Amino acid sequence: MLVENALRFLSLADANVRFVLFGSLLIGATGGLLGSFAVLRRRSLVGDALAHAALPGVALAYLWTGSKALPVLLTGAAISGVLGVLVMQFIINFTRVKADSAIGIVLSVFFGVGIVLLTHVQRVGGGNQSGLDKFLFGQAASLVDDDLRVMSVLAGLIMVAVALFFKEFKALIFDADFLQTLGYSARWIDALLMGLIALTVIVGLQAVGVVLIAAMLITPAVAARFWTEQLHKMVLLAAFFGGLSGAVGTFISSLMPRIPTGPVMVLVATACFVVSALFAPRRGVLARWRRLRHNRRRESQQHFLRACVELQEKIGANRALAVEELAIEMGLSPDRVKRLGRRLVAKGLVAAPDGRFALTAEGAEEGLFVVKSHRLWEHYLYYRAILDADHVDRPADEVEHLLTPEIIAQLEEILQREQGLDPARIVNIHGTGSHYRRGGRE
Amino acid sequence: MSTPHPIQIHDMTIAYHKKPVLWDVDLDVPEGQLVGIIGPNGSGKSTMIKAVMDLVPKASGWVKIYGEDYSQMRKIIGYVPQRESVDWDFPVSALDVVLMGRYGHVGWLRRPGKEDRRLAWAALDEVGMAPFAERQISQLSGGQQQRVFLARALAQQARIYIMDEPFAGVDAATERAIIASLVALRRQGKTILVVHHDLQTVTEYFDWIIMLNMRVVASGPTGEVFTDDNLQKTYGGRLTVLSQAAQAMAEQRREG
Repeated sequence: MLVENALRFLSLADANVRFVLFGSLLIGATGGLLGSFAVLRRRSLVGDALAHAALPGVALAYLWTGSKALPVLLTGAAISGVLGVLVMQFIINFTRVKADSAIGIVLSVFFGVGIVLLTHVQRVGGGNQSGLDKFLFGQAASLVDDDLRVMSVLAGLIMVAVALFFKEFKALIFDADFLQTLGYSARWIDALLMGLIALTVIVGLQAVGVVLIAAMLITPAVAARFWTEQLHKMVLLAAFFGGLSGAVGTFISSLMPRIPTGPVMVLVATACFVVSALFAPRRGVLARWRRLRHNRRRESQQHFLRACVELQEKIGANRALAVEELAIEMGLSPDRVKRLGRRLVAKGLVAAPDGRFALTAEGAEEGLFVVKSHRLWEHYLYYRAILDADHVDRPADEVEHLLTPEIIAQLEEILQREQGLDPARIVNIHGTGSHYRRGGRE
Repeated sequence: MSTPHPIQIHDMTIAYHKKPVLWDVDLDVPEGQLVGIIGPNGSGKSTMIKAVMDLVPKASGWVKIYGEDYSQMRKIIGYVPQRESVDWDFPVSALDVVLMGRYGHVGWLRRPGKEDRRLAWAALDEVGMAPFAERQISQLSGGQQQRVFLARALAQQARIYIMDEPFAGVDAATERAIIASLVALRRQGKTILVVHHDLQTVTEYFDWIIMLNMRVVASGPTGEVFTDDNLQKTYGGRLTVLSQAAQAMAEQRREG
């Protein structure tokens, strides 16, 4: 049964299957397309309110006309959806209610009315025959070729409009005031964008349902944002994710009878999101985690090198250092010191003759640089603190890893000029002249 | 009036939510000068320049640009908003942002052409940001972002430049780069209006200043106007009589 269904779907022999697949592809793609703008403009929840507010319009359109034709129902949906958004705007503008509460109020009231009307229709108007219940959770399988024609026209309009006004939308979202000074009407462009978002929601109502259509706006767009830093790529990728979710969602729901399409599409889109959030390069969680770990490693290795240099400075000899000595100097357990040391040995910065640690030439060079950064920064903080105490920012322990050679040179120059500090004496391992100890000067 | 001033403001009052924030501004900004607008927080500096560009409604008064309405003259005005006014995590490159400076010339529905791209690159180069043109804007430092904003205004090829705190929170190198660009613009005869917050650099940077605290306390050549007396009038006192009056008006309206 399952395999049979799958084969029937994948062969595309059935005209109805082709309609359904094409329809859900279209819905997913337009959702991702407009969703990118909605998400970046922080309007995605307005889309949700609009979708929920469309439900009473669907029921009323049917009650008044007795027709189930898609254009009739969608007109009703559009009118009550837009009315919902206007009511929301009114609440925000003329009361002290904040935007999120206004969205919540409109969404729940309109949706509640919609459910009441829907129940009424089912009792009076021939029960399930009306088929209006598909507007709740969506039923792509119920799309017929007339529906598809309507949807194709609308989706085509949306895509053309986005292509035409791409530049205006981009500038509006980034900097509406600036766009306004250029002579564009930011208000009209915003209204156009909002209208297209509304249209996108309306187009998807039958196949995805009012409850979940907002997810088809938000999820593909958010997933796409993880992969790219360019708006046009984000928009195309979101359309791709959306289309994919539509097609795969429809396929899965066709395998088993009576599974609504909307939820399955949303689950597929969510899978796209999860994969993106985890694995996207740079923005993904794993990439971030890897960067963080890399930085922490570098920090603890630099601490190790600094401890070696300072310890040798203290004892006044360039000899190999025992694990216990280093553990005390660094305030770490001997085990941890051993592990750190081994990692540095692998990097060739430290040598480990007879279980002790000694800096290699390369290690000594980096160690000296770290010590110098640390002390210059401490000194600078101390010097600045006299001038204005609120300039003491972060302890030198953290900052020393971030200072670039240019900043170090600048610090050195400032301290030399304003403080008469001799840079040569800051790092002076074997001599006795090093009076810049930890914590500033003596 | 033989040659009209670049910006002429007559009896302009601005109110936010019925609370006046700027009273009776009368100003004639001279041509070809580097003009600083200074005043404490909340003194209406940003509001004034936004009102000049019709971004906030005027309760009364009018503004003329070279004797004409602003709507006729917007093409000759370049604008640098405050850096914090936009979301820098937006997915565009520095070059994209600078190209937006050309949108006024490009017009509806059309895309920036070759000449627009050339001007955008030139503007980026002018502020030393050409090597970062393809960089995503969130990966730029604060100073670099500010320079991108300046480049966007330069790409507008304007005669009057209006800038909101271009020196706020930038590094020393950026401050030098920006002031060099402003001086270069002045040399070309352009008029530059800069909202500024650092009193120490006022005499060094500006030819002419407007001292603001909910009204124009003083305006004129820096040497004549930037005096202790005017500074005291501009910055002295926590609440001026004007702000107390505005507060009272707002409260009355709210109750009424």
